[in-house]
Amino acid sequence: MRVRTKEIVPSLIARRSVLDLDDFSQEEIELVLETAGAMKEVLAREIRKVPALHGKTIVSVFYEASTRTRVSFELASRSLSADVINLTTSASSVVKGESLIDTVRTLQALGADMIIMRHSQAGAPYLVAQHVQAKVINAGDGWHAHPSQALLDLYTIREKLGKIEGLRVVIIGDILHSRVARSNIWGLTKMGAEVVVCGPPTLLPLDLNTCAGYGLPFVGVEYNLDRAIEGADVAMALRLQMERQQQGLLPSLREYVQLYQLNEERLARAKPHALVLHPGPMNEGVEIAPEVAHGAQSVIETQVTNGVAVRMALLYLLAGGAGLGRSLR
Amino acid sequence: MSEKVLMSEEEVRRALVRIAHEIVEKNHGCDGLVFVGIRTRGLPLAQRLAEIIDDFENVRPPVGALDISFYRDDLSYLGIQPVVQRTDIPVDIAGTQVVLVDDVLFTGRSIRAAMDALIDFGRPRSIQLAVLVDRGHRELPIRADYVGKNVPTSLDEDVEVRLKESDGRDEVALVKREEGKQ
Repeated sequence: MRVRTKEIVPSLIARRSVLDLDDFSQEEIELVLETAGAMKEVLAREIRKVPALHGKTIVSVFYEASTRTRVSFELASRSLSADVINLTTSASSVVKGESLIDTVRTLQALGADMIIMRHSQAGAPYLVAQHVQAKVINAGDGWHAHPSQALLDLYTIREKLGKIEGLRVVIIGDILHSRVARSNIWGLTKMGAEVVVCGPPTLLPLDLNTCAGYGLPFVGVEYNLDRAIEGADVAMALRLQMERQQQGLLPSLREYVQLYQLNEERLARAKPHALVLHPGPMNEGVEIAPEVAHGAQSVIETQVTNGVAVRMALLYLLAGGAGLGRSLR
Repeated sequence: MSEKVLMSEEEVRRALVRIAHEIVEKNHGCDGLVFVGIRTRGLPLAQRLAEIIDDFENVRPPVGALDISFYRDDLSYLGIQPVVQRTDIPVDIAGTQVVLVDDVLFTGRSIRAAMDALIDFGRPRSIQLAVLVDRGHRELPIRADYVGKNVPTSLDEDVEVRLKESDGRDEVALVKREEGKQ
């Protein structure tokens, strides 16, 4: 069959890995979001399973705690009929001192086609991707990147507001330690949104918008949340980790709540249709007020649901194979 | 690349009118009839068949759309993937007589995938197959119940169905591939 160009777009199959969104083109992001739409339809069926990845083995290796990302990837893998193995590092040879590379090589030798990995060290999935043939998905590495979270945020925004381009998105809180913020900055700016980050100066990366900023795209920086949220289409609150106060990065939790909590009063300054996002897990009453977290503008639960569809899309597109260029009727 | 027109707009229309009549005749009316078009070009054909039936029976059978990407057996061999589109089956297909509609019947693998996909939605009483062109070269024990035109082809030829909805005009052409191109 001849390829009819208008039905076909560049595929992710040229990729061996999904590590961050910095190397994604706008077209690739569009492809993931479109495919996720089809996956959402699958998840709405009575039988929420299709045989697309039948016979593939997906191993998730989490060196760091996670509930939603891990369960989400597992559900996504199962809905595509892949075989899933969850490696708990505390119950594996990792505790006997096996190195990261030896562990993933072993997994590959056992037949893993794809490795989904979370690690507390930024860059760990990049190292793994260099040493295995299996395809690698970064499910969060240190403060660096969390591409599947950013993609599900993009999907949720587009689903609810119909577009991403031209929207004003405010990311609030601990940007410095947030891989979610970094991947979202890449994804949102590639899709044409205006990104503003807002938080206390101690929790913002110093080198944002400078040439030393690791090439992160340009974002607005605002220390005052009332000003930052003015006219926003999307307000994304980030989890504040309690140990940041002990590290001396915050004078007091109470002050943080007063200045940076996303509450109803502040949300009222955003556009009337503005969405509230949070990657979870939430500290209700700290970075987000409970009535906002569960209010009419909150799409936090939708984010979780969409996460499965978006991860199915990533797995499906990435598994797309070695490619002989043959199509069928 | 050489090209030969197999069916003109008028011939496509006549074939569809005939198939529509055959479907109604074989099923003794339109009761429990559901059309399911295989994306991309099966869908507009299914919609047209339903409209033609509406013209002479005054009943428009429901039309669904099926994307078979997740059910294909060749995911690992595809160099370029089409974008997966939404499947939309508007009625409960359990107990109905489903007519699957596609543009070209070739290896039969798409139809195998489509039947698997369909059965995940329920257990139809029967599944029938309508295609605009049957070009032969089956690789599976599958045949069509309704055929617009049987066309003997060789493996280095492609049958291209062009439809107004997606291509601006109705036409079926036989295209000879150039040497070395897939």
